[in-house]
Amino acid sequence: MYPDYMEESLRKVVQTRPARLELARKPDPVYPPMSAEERRKVLEDFHPDFKPDALRPVSVGPNKGEKLTTEVADLLESHSWLRSEQVDLDHPDFETDLLIIGGGGAGCNAALVAMQQHGIRSMIATKLRMGDANTMMSQGGMQAAVSRTDSPTKHYLDAIGGGHFENKPELVKALTEDGPGVVKWLEDLGVVWDKEEDGSIQVRHGGGTSRKRMVSCRDYTGAMIMRTLMDEVRNHPDMIDIKEFMPAVELIMDDEGRCAGAILYDMDSEEFFTVKAKSTLIATGGYGRLHIRGFDTTNHYGATGDGLVMAYRAGAKLMYMDSVQYHPTGVSFPEQIAGFLVTEAIRGAGGQPLNKDGELFVFPREPRDIEASAIIRECAQNGGGVETPSGRFGVWLDSPLIDMLHGEGYTEKHFPAMYRQFIRYGIDIAKLPMLIYPSLHYQNGGIEINERCETDIPGLYVAGEATGGLHGRNRLMGNSVLDYNVFGRRAGKYAGEYAKTVKLGKLSLAHLDSYEKELAASGVKTDLVTPILLPSYAPKDVKKRQLVRGGNVLPGASVVHNRLHDERSGA
Amino acid sequence: MTSVPTGTANSLSNSQIDEKRDAAGERLITVYIMGKAYEVPAEATIMGAIEYAGHQIIRGAGCREGYCGACATIYRLPGDYKIRTGLACMTLVEEGMTLAQIPSVPAEKAIYDIEKLKPNVSAIQQMYPTVFRCVACGTCTKSCPQGLQVMDYVQAAKRGDIATVMDLSFDCVVCGLCMLRCPAEITQPLMAILAKRLYGRYLRKDSPELAERVKAVEEGVFEAEYADLMAMGREALSERYYARDSE
Repeated sequence: MYPDYMEESLRKVVQTRPARLELARKPDPVYPPMSAEERRKVLEDFHPDFKPDALRPVSVGPNKGEKLTTEVADLLESHSWLRSEQVDLDHPDFETDLLIIGGGGAGCNAALVAMQQHGIRSMIATKLRMGDANTMMSQGGMQAAVSRTDSPTKHYLDAIGGGHFENKPELVKALTEDGPGVVKWLEDLGVVWDKEEDGSIQVRHGGGTSRKRMVSCRDYTGAMIMRTLMDEVRNHPDMIDIKEFMPAVELIMDDEGRCAGAILYDMDSEEFFTVKAKSTLIATGGYGRLHIRGFDTTNHYGATGDGLVMAYRAGAKLMYMDSVQYHPTGVSFPEQIAGFLVTEAIRGAGGQPLNKDGELFVFPREPRDIEASAIIRECAQNGGGVETPSGRFGVWLDSPLIDMLHGEGYTEKHFPAMYRQFIRYGIDIAKLPMLIYPSLHYQNGGIEINERCETDIPGLYVAGEATGGLHGRNRLMGNSVLDYNVFGRRAGKYAGEYAKTVKLGKLSLAHLDSYEKELAASGVKTDLVTPILLPSYAPKDVKKRQLVRGGNVLPGASVVHNRLHDERSGA
Repeated sequence: MTSVPTGTANSLSNSQIDEKRDAAGERLITVYIMGKAYEVPAEATIMGAIEYAGHQIIRGAGCREGYCGACATIYRLPGDYKIRTGLACMTLVEEGMTLAQIPSVPAEKAIYDIEKLKPNVSAIQQMYPTVFRCVACGTCTKSCPQGLQVMDYVQAAKRGDIATVMDLSFDCVVCGLCMLRCPAEITQPLMAILAKRLYGRYLRKDSPELAERVKAVEEGVFEAEYADLMAMGREALSERYYARDSE
């Protein structure tokens, strides 16, 4: 339940509701959408990426001198766990055609397509369990131009406009034209899409969509897709070898500059294993668990940007690594679920963000960066936020409108996960609004790829959230779910094709030594060892005692002792 | 346990929030994590409490938001004989709670070619014959942290009612607690994944327009429009974008 002192504000929400319900029933927007100029202004003034210390130039590597998100620059200016002389590359522990790093949606798609189209074997190496990925957590849906009023080119325009016209066009074309095919591919694998009576796929609006384009599986969309893909992967144990709790920590190259596999680290035994692979796919997802600028995150436990670090050390270029997505509606109260995702589909179905006086202050379906910035502005500048007992701020998301618009029981039926999440704390979202604030959600940039998922490095492919370029500097809702399906499939196709012809040279980890030299030469002083693998949430006093014992700085230190998080990286 | 420093006056940094919570004199209670006593915040989730105690979870945490089923937990409360179940990320601690995480429940997934199965009772019989050992005791339903009617969908599976299995098991997070508690040793969540796939593959009502749209893309119907859009400069594209009509 909400604390008593919020009652007055809640009363105002109820008072203004009838008038807002009337607005919602009309075809016009309930609040004027922003012009290009207003969008620019709210971003510059309030988006966290625009704060003076949000970015800094990185001192080493392919993007040297370019301003990146500060926490990302810190992550990249770091030591490897390994030195080249420690590893025996002459006798690889495993050999495979395609090594897939990451067991989420992109990785599973790639393994299946590589097997089906090329008959090649793959190994999926993943940090936690298969499916422990942001894929599992996407709630509201996937964009795909399947309705009669829509078209892939309308989808293209929405995505490019949402990304402020900075997206790589060939990637957006690939995304939007493959969309309908992905819906069919997943349905044939057994994904149960929400449907209309006549069998049409049900579509909803998301932020920045000009057509209803969000296809869904209640609010368990990602879970349904992930479990279906995993189940199919596991039906082919002879072709797809799964290594769980074995994240990659470095890429292996050959002496002609090709990617030739990776070093895996066993989270249980703390052994390192070498994998020689004809082609390698990074499908490691994003970096929400870096808690950029101290934000809570919607991301899963392992989202620590491992793929960025590995690829960067090997010489792959990053793109738009100065842009972070904050989801407009993370939970602000109750404290126990602070930062958790409240699906954008709540606004797509008619939910409205309101200030403490129960007033609308923004069009509910602006693109995410705009909507998030407007919410921050309402709290920081206009004093329109509601303060929680722990000192957070939030605005209301008026969810009871949904049942009023679509009929009683709609919320519980179509948003069971949301309903369940709040009812545990005595908040019935069909009757009471939610208190929300932006939450760190998505890595807009990443490793630069082309429409074949190729990087600067032959044999290295990247798909999904780890990539950069597709979304420009702002991704629209539902385009990440489509992203990992489209580009996961493309990666399987092109990396599989490549694996059939390549002849690898002598394996090498020389890139680690040269990166270490470059660090020294640039004068970077850091005790950070990456990939981080897992964040630590131990309280400060516990951490102090752990650091004294663990040493914390030596390459090759145990992950359990590798707690390198300073104040800025959260926890 | 972090908040949102935007660099503006009225939002607080992490450490400020920590201080505020400390000043508020956060109440601590005792819980027993795998038998060992720890003092943890009274309002914490089980997962929060384990981490507050200083454990680095490797198994037993995944999405941390109730979707992935990695953090299945069993516990007892003082003076109560009942074994209770929950997801560690979603369940609050209570005074005297004694708990253990069950990050993995042994179970054998059936291997199948979905194209060779039919959406009927014989698919269930072939792949998950243990379903027919169900004695309708309802332990699975009682143990489900999602509050699903697990026993009802097992009964539906016995009847070959794939649609009902799909509907009732839709929100299953495969935490495995039902199959751990089941006296008939059924692997309910695995069977339910098969049933959902059978429904999606065979029992769905086909979308009349989806196949047409896929075909249109394959035939290159949109290529000219794409070429047009991709040739546009930023300004022209921006003009087109802000002038587009909305549904």
